[in-house]
Amino acid sequence: MGDTTKPLLQARGIYKSFGHVRALRGCDFDIYPGEVVAMIGDNGAGKSTLVKILAGVQPPDNGEIIFDGQPVTLADPTAAQRLGIETVYQDLALAPDLNPAANLFLGREILRPGLLGKLGFLDNAAMVEQTRAAFTSLGAGVQSETVPVASLSGGQRQSIAVSRAATWANRLVIMDEPTAALGVVQSKAVLELIKRVSDQGIAVVIISHNMPEVLEVSDRVEVLRLGERVARFQTGEANMDLLVGAMTGSLVQEDA
Amino acid sequence: MSELTKQDEASQVDPEDASASPRKAWIKLLTDSTAFIFLALLAMLVAFTVLRPEAFATVNNLRNIAIAASILLVLSIGQTFVIGTAGIDISVGSMLVFAGVAASLAMAEINGGQGWTAVAVGTVVSLLSGGAWGLVNGLLITKAKLPPLIVTLGTFGGVLGFAKVLTGGINLRTVPTELVETLGIGRLFGVIPWLVILALVVMTAAAITLRFTRFGRYTIAIGSNEEAARRVGINVDRHLLKVYALSGVLAGIAGMMSLSRFANTTIQGHDTDNLQSIAAVVIGGTSLFGGIATMFGTLVGVFIPTTLQNGFVILRIQPFWQEVAVGAVLILAVYVDQLKRRARDRL
Repeated sequence: MGDTTKPLLQARGIYKSFGHVRALRGCDFDIYPGEVVAMIGDNGAGKSTLVKILAGVQPPDNGEIIFDGQPVTLADPTAAQRLGIETVYQDLALAPDLNPAANLFLGREILRPGLLGKLGFLDNAAMVEQTRAAFTSLGAGVQSETVPVASLSGGQRQSIAVSRAATWANRLVIMDEPTAALGVVQSKAVLELIKRVSDQGIAVVIISHNMPEVLEVSDRVEVLRLGERVARFQTGEANMDLLVGAMTGSLVQEDA
Repeated sequence: MSELTKQDEASQVDPEDASASPRKAWIKLLTDSTAFIFLALLAMLVAFTVLRPEAFATVNNLRNIAIAASILLVLSIGQTFVIGTAGIDISVGSMLVFAGVAASLAMAEINGGQGWTAVAVGTVVSLLSGGAWGLVNGLLITKAKLPPLIVTLGTFGGVLGFAKVLTGGINLRTVPTELVETLGIGRLFGVIPWLVILALVVMTAAAITLRFTRFGRYTIAIGSNEEAARRVGINVDRHLLKVYALSGVLAGIAGMMSLSRFANTTIQGHDTDNLQSIAAVVIGGTSLFGGIATMFGTLVGVFIPTTLQNGFVILRIQPFWQEVAVGAVLILAVYVDQLKRRARDRL
């Protein structure tokens, strides 16, 4: 996974405004290879905007994104995907009428070998098989690869979205509130899934409002407030009071 | 994790049960509604047969139904792809007429409108002009970001208007005898009309495309969740362009079929093709909300409006009642579609 002392991805001085709203005001962000970094902040801190910029959904007004030491331009989601960055959106971005295998391979379908493949014929058997393998290796707990996603539970859908990201990302997975809509047990399963993704050497950015969850799953925490990074912690050194203090502005780190 | 998975499963006994019953209910409803269409069709056939056996249940008449259904089927194949993307194409009948008019005008320039060269040129012109109008629909929908309903409502009126401008509102009768005598009234082994065979060939190709190829997968994915398709990098606009253009090309094929069957451009005969084809597609089980599409369902679906039309004429009921019936059946089919979705979807 390369040198773990050099950042995998750095955001430097990112600005983004929507009309009169200044969502990001010179925001920085760092993540190192194989790390799980929790990005936290109160509502309106700019987390979702920063995630959209890192995922290539929106361009920044100003600022620099450095990936593997090289400045990059993420013009669209496929540009980010080419760098090995995958994003799990809050709304999951699954096609409910398609089955888990079709969703996992959406936009990256496996075609049949030979002439049939050239004509665009799908190799569904191969896709189902590889999906099953991905679910097994991640412990995703999705029982069927061949029923419409719409008929599955929220937790299973979340598992599919996370598995899809983990399957295609080889460097970084970004997750926007992956457990927000889930119950206690299902949240635990998704957190377990995140750990397994990280065990594969893939860096993970997780946005969460759930402080115990943040403390449990992350290696580091970066705190955003009013469009800027205001604090950074090693998770071992952090506690609930510190995190909440940084989020609300009662605690400020000068060097953040 | 294994412990956790067990817990997960244990705790999901309730949700799993809840999911099992809607799933069963969904399958039941689906099979029921497919069976229901067959039954409805069968009931219609029986009713018309009982009421006028000597006129309805004859080989000739059933062949007439099949011929009428074959032209509607080709239009409805395009409509199935379009509705599969959660779109709609109201302009199919107008594109059919325009393609026929353009073909007839072009054929008139060649050998006075007779001979196989004329047929070939007419076919090319028909497919191209249908495809061109489909492309116009697609461009307005994807580039100008207008709703498909409005775009194709506009072209429904506008394209038919153009066709009438080209002909002065009078039906053209330049159709090569070669075409009429083969595709128009010819039959395989003297039994199965070539029009029916052509429609079935097109349908089979379309069914395979929809079910087994990436084109079909993208069609369903876009209808299911367009934003999700965009985010995984599918070129949604380009795919929609292709789908609307395909609908136009198929309208062009239907235009040639109509020309060869009636030996004129039937300008007045296609005002309700959109209603008929949308009804056929939705009755067949394709979801008006996108994401679910079945070509086989469409094949069954086209027989509902065509059998009604034929039966009413034979029973000397005002044929206008057919439009009333088809409209009602369309609304009913969409209602059933909605119920099916509610039974399946969680949340």
